[in-house]
Amino acid sequence: MRPFTALLAVALTVALLFLVIPVAAIFANTAPSDLIHSLGDASARDALRLSLETSLIALAVIVLVGTPTAYLLATRRFRGRSVAITLIELPLVLPPAVAGIALLASLGPQGIFGGHGPQLVLTTAGVVVALTFVSAPFYIRQAQESFAAVDPRLMEASRTLGAGEARTFWQVAVPVARAGLLAGGALALGRALGEFGATLMFAGSFRGVTQTVPLAIYERFATDFTGALALSAVLVAISGALLASVKLAGRRAFA
Amino acid sequence: MLSLEAQTTLGGFELDAALEAAAGECLALAGPSGAGKTSILRIVAGLHRPDRGRVSCDGELWLDTNAGTDVPPEQRRVGYVFQDYALFPHLSAWRNVAYALPRESRRERALELLDRLKIADRADARPHELSGGERQRVALARALAARPRALLLDEPLSALDARTRAHAGRELATALREADVPALLVTHDFAEASLLGDRVAVVDRGRIVQHGTAAELAATPGSAFVADFTGAVVLSGDAHPAEGLTRIALDGGGSIASTDTAAGRVAASVHPWDIAIAPPGDPAPGSAQNHLHAEVVSITAIGNRVRLGLDAGQPLAAEVTDAAIRDLGLKRGSRVTATWKASATRLVAL
Repeated sequence: MRPFTALLAVALTVALLFLVIPVAAIFANTAPSDLIHSLGDASARDALRLSLETSLIALAVIVLVGTPTAYLLATRRFRGRSVAITLIELPLVLPPAVAGIALLASLGPQGIFGGHGPQLVLTTAGVVVALTFVSAPFYIRQAQESFAAVDPRLMEASRTLGAGEARTFWQVAVPVARAGLLAGGALALGRALGEFGATLMFAGSFRGVTQTVPLAIYERFATDFTGALALSAVLVAISGALLASVKLAGRRAFA
Repeated sequence: MLSLEAQTTLGGFELDAALEAAAGECLALAGPSGAGKTSILRIVAGLHRPDRGRVSCDGELWLDTNAGTDVPPEQRRVGYVFQDYALFPHLSAWRNVAYALPRESRRERALELLDRLKIADRADARPHELSGGERQRVALARALAARPRALLLDEPLSALDARTRAHAGRELATALREADVPALLVTHDFAEASLLGDRVAVVDRGRIVQHGTAAELAATPGSAFVADFTGAVVLSGDAHPAEGLTRIALDGGGSIASTDTAAGRVAASVHPWDIAIAPPGDPAPGSAQNHLHAEVVSITAIGNRVRLGLDAGQPLAAEVTDAAIRDLGLKRGSRVTATWKASATRLVAL
């Protein structure tokens, strides 16, 4: 093997070991029976149910509003477009604590919209708001790229064949971009399931109301390490399944 | 009757074109790539809005920038065969065709169209599973499906290999006749334009520089550009009248005669198949007036004939048979005399 190739191989080995060992350790440290037993705990089940519910609701909101947003940004040129794109991407680089403060400053009791509309702080709805805020950019960015990659002549062909803009969107743009849309959805869902900081600051950590799995893991890692491991294992499994489905969706995209 | 006039700025030049095509007539827009041919189709389809213009079809106004009329593409009902076809990759062949059809009995009608174009057996295949020729036919069936008011075809044969092209061209000509609507066909190939177009408009840098039947264009090119585009050889020189003919002193040496009248700087054009090749030396007596000494620089077989690239002070090309090459023992570097008639020499003022 040439020295340079050897160097590359060493880098890969180090990267793999460093990234895989901690995840593998979650499963190595505990017997499967202990993991399953810990999941029998009511608070663990509450956290799992709440995490899935809030993440899926957030995802639904993101897809509903984010898909047309992404299509607009991908297919139209207008003044302020790049500013809009940058603003939408901002939460991607925002530290979660800053996101939490931002939500409190806008929607909290003392925030600029405080007192108006429904109470969000320390409620399940607040969790959904926090998850949506941090996850939406992941979906919108990916969806925008996928729509931009659709050959514009396909949409023009659709128009000449008698389809208006709405039918062209549903019957050509969305199906042709679907692999990318699915990938974006999976990314956003993955980010929502793992959300910690913004949720903690904006919604708090109340069992059954706002305590999602990451918050539950944090609460018990000092007192019940096995329980924390069990919940972590479940998150690893869900995230792994999401990642695999993204890869599969990408591969099954037609030629 | 489809009629268009439009002015608009395209990258680097101004498109300024006016044209008409009658029902059942195919007008070929021919010219080099980047000349604005596709933009003309896009303006007719409503996919590009020109700065100023008017488009109407069968008395129905589609675009009038003065009146603010701009009918959206989905209401114009044109059949557009895109370059590389733009078939929907996620739909099978028959669903591509059915896209423009009303919900009831769409499958029957789509299959009927595919059957007419002899591709019904591929109805369930996705576009990426089809060959180039099959894709072309599906695209044509899709464009014809909703009984379009006009047909627009952008390089419909250029994605096909040479063997498929001749056959597809004949089928396309038949389909155009049967559709009985005005058709505009874009091509960069003069041979394709003359095969499919009832008339040919030569487009260069956003303008229609000449139009007429293909035979008219080839016989009486209005400019050196058109002469060159129709496949003729173009020689430049200075013309002056002599003995009832026009004599042209060629740049780079030699002189030729033409039956056309002209004076001053001219482009003289002649078709490669009108040029005969003889061994060097004194030309054999005959009716031909023009004799140029030349050196063979290339020998290229085109089907059953051979194109000779010649250097006669200016580049010249002649088309001869295989047998002639053998009999004369021609190879690169051979010295020859190129001979053609003054009456086969067209002159255009430069």
